[in-house]
Amino acid sequence: MSTETSSGTGPDQTKEMTIREAIRLALREELERDDDVFVMGEDVGEFGGVYEVTGDLVEQFGEKRVRDTPISEAGFMGAAVGAAATGTRPVVEIMFSDFMGVCSEQIINQMAKNRYMFGGKTEMPVTVRTTEGGGSGAASQHSGTIHTWFAHFPGVMAVAPATPASAKGLLKSAIRSDDPVIVFENKQIYEQQGEVPLDDDFTIPIGTASVEREGEDVTVVATQRMVGESLELAEDLAGQTSVEVIDLRSLYPMDTETLVESVKKTGRLVIADESPLSYGTHAEVATRVMENAFYSLDAPIQRVGVADVHIPFSPALEEEVLPHGSDVEAAINRIV
Amino acid sequence: MVVLDIETEDGQREALRRMLTIRAFDTKAADLFSDGELPGFVHLYVGEEAVGVGACSALESDDYITSTHRGHGHCIAKGLDPDLMMAELFGKANGYCNGKGGSMHIADVDAGMLGANGIVGAGPPLATGAALTSHLKGEDTVSLAFFGDGAVAQGQVHEAINLASTWGLPAVFLVENNQYGEATPVEKQHNVQNLSETAEAYNIPGFTVDGMDITAVYEAVKEARKRAVDGEGPTFIEAETYRYHGHFEGDQQPYRTEEDVAIWKDRDAIETFKRRLVDAGTITEDEFDEMKAEIDQQIEDAVGKAKDTAYPDPSEAYEDMFNAAVPEISDFSSGMRADGGEDR
Repeated sequence: MSTETSSGTGPDQTKEMTIREAIRLALREELERDDDVFVMGEDVGEFGGVYEVTGDLVEQFGEKRVRDTPISEAGFMGAAVGAAATGTRPVVEIMFSDFMGVCSEQIINQMAKNRYMFGGKTEMPVTVRTTEGGGSGAASQHSGTIHTWFAHFPGVMAVAPATPASAKGLLKSAIRSDDPVIVFENKQIYEQQGEVPLDDDFTIPIGTASVEREGEDVTVVATQRMVGESLELAEDLAGQTSVEVIDLRSLYPMDTETLVESVKKTGRLVIADESPLSYGTHAEVATRVMENAFYSLDAPIQRVGVADVHIPFSPALEEEVLPHGSDVEAAINRIV
Repeated sequence: MVVLDIETEDGQREALRRMLTIRAFDTKAADLFSDGELPGFVHLYVGEEAVGVGACSALESDDYITSTHRGHGHCIAKGLDPDLMMAELFGKANGYCNGKGGSMHIADVDAGMLGANGIVGAGPPLATGAALTSHLKGEDTVSLAFFGDGAVAQGQVHEAINLASTWGLPAVFLVENNQYGEATPVEKQHNVQNLSETAEAYNIPGFTVDGMDITAVYEAVKEARKRAVDGEGPTFIEAETYRYHGHFEGDQQPYRTEEDVAIWKDRDAIETFKRRLVDAGTITEDEFDEMKAEIDQQIEDAVGKAKDTAYPDPSEAYEDMFNAAVPEISDFSSGMRADGGEDR
């Protein structure tokens, strides 16, 4: 299931770049490819985005297609829904995922429900990009990891890139999809480097996980920042414990098959995601594995995430609550 | 289909026909609901016909509207088929939404009807978005949001109008002030004399018109549409009207008296328009009676047809969530979950 497509006419080349640059490249390619695509959000134009993701796009595509909005998430999220229903493909930036609550009505009751309520007679090609994650001292209203809310809610797809390549490939799939897709970007890894295919038709199918490192003793299913930290850990542990690292990539739909196949091989599972632990993404991964590979499990499933607290301001407190590779290591040590 | 253009005599008769169709449809829906034949909630448009029909007669067929929970009138005014609407009210497979939406979610995007809406105030942002499409594609289409006096208090309505005004989008915001937001009178919900005064805050024109007079509504929307296509941005129109039925069917209406209702019924929009057309010789009393009988029969037939058609197959509950297939739904639907997953 996890086959990347790389079938376009472009050169079969890669280039090292950051996640930030990979997202901007995806936006640029899709804006070039399809006149119906446009970008809107707070400060995405001349300012270039609060995390400098949209950068110079406005210079190439103009203010009409790279639109600065008022601080009005409900208004422009609703406008995206109305625009998508009438033939465009909006890419909306919500500056921080903590602000998703402000526009949730339009996401939950309009974007997610219209197609179903109307008997399939409308499409909803909206892409929402938003930032998640603690680690910058931004305190509780600018640091949350909230993707479980939307991965849980029927009618939206949710993806969360961990590498520059997946950032490009998932975002391009989201924009090309006729369904609403929310892309959750962890803001701590925007500077992370990696090889990215330059093919302008490189996409990663939504609903596919990726085995980033093969191993025999334990499976770590990770998302976003935790993928990189888990890969570093796996390297450190090489020779003692053989760790298989899977980048979940797509929260909904989820690639159950790849997860199950891995756990059937390793017999052990650690799930690492920066969400709060209760009722979360971890629980969904665990359930799918138990439904499909219960008799392959040799040890209890371990969850690594944030306890059910908000992200605090003080560096001393923030560091305490955020999960790291060391927490994954502790979890592995409990079961291997 | 006859063009709805009340500047011609044919168009005037068509406008009268649509007003009568709305009234017949919703009066029948009230009866069916009280007889226990319709599931769910129904919110009726009886009394407000001049607003929907007057506004839609000023629009072109490829213009867009967004609607409300009280949406049957907007649908008929925009030219939707009462047969398919009635089938939807009964939850039948051939309804506009294949039975998935019901009264509060009838939509026909191809006809420019972007959906009735169960959330008060959610429509105006959608209309702003449809107007944004026109702007981006350089099309001469206009989007009109119908919303109620209650919705004017909603934050997202403010955001939608501010966005449309700031961006100069071809939108029309039409408030149907039917005097009550759910069960609370309008004066208990807003601290302005006329809701159209709020237009000033967006630096757009705002008008209050008699919503019981189809011509007044038509003229106001026609002017607003012209401004929109001329690139002059949105207009805010308040149409003062009245809802003859309660907020929902079954509402005991302790918030008003029969006398209150009678005052507005004396100014009934259909009666007024009919009188005007009879006086002008556009229609005779006999022709009117004939038209009304024909419409009543059409609605009776719609009910008959709706009752005779099939419910959707239960498996349809698992269709239409996404354009793409997702295993989470298809696996459940095909019974894999129910049978247990793992091969032991």
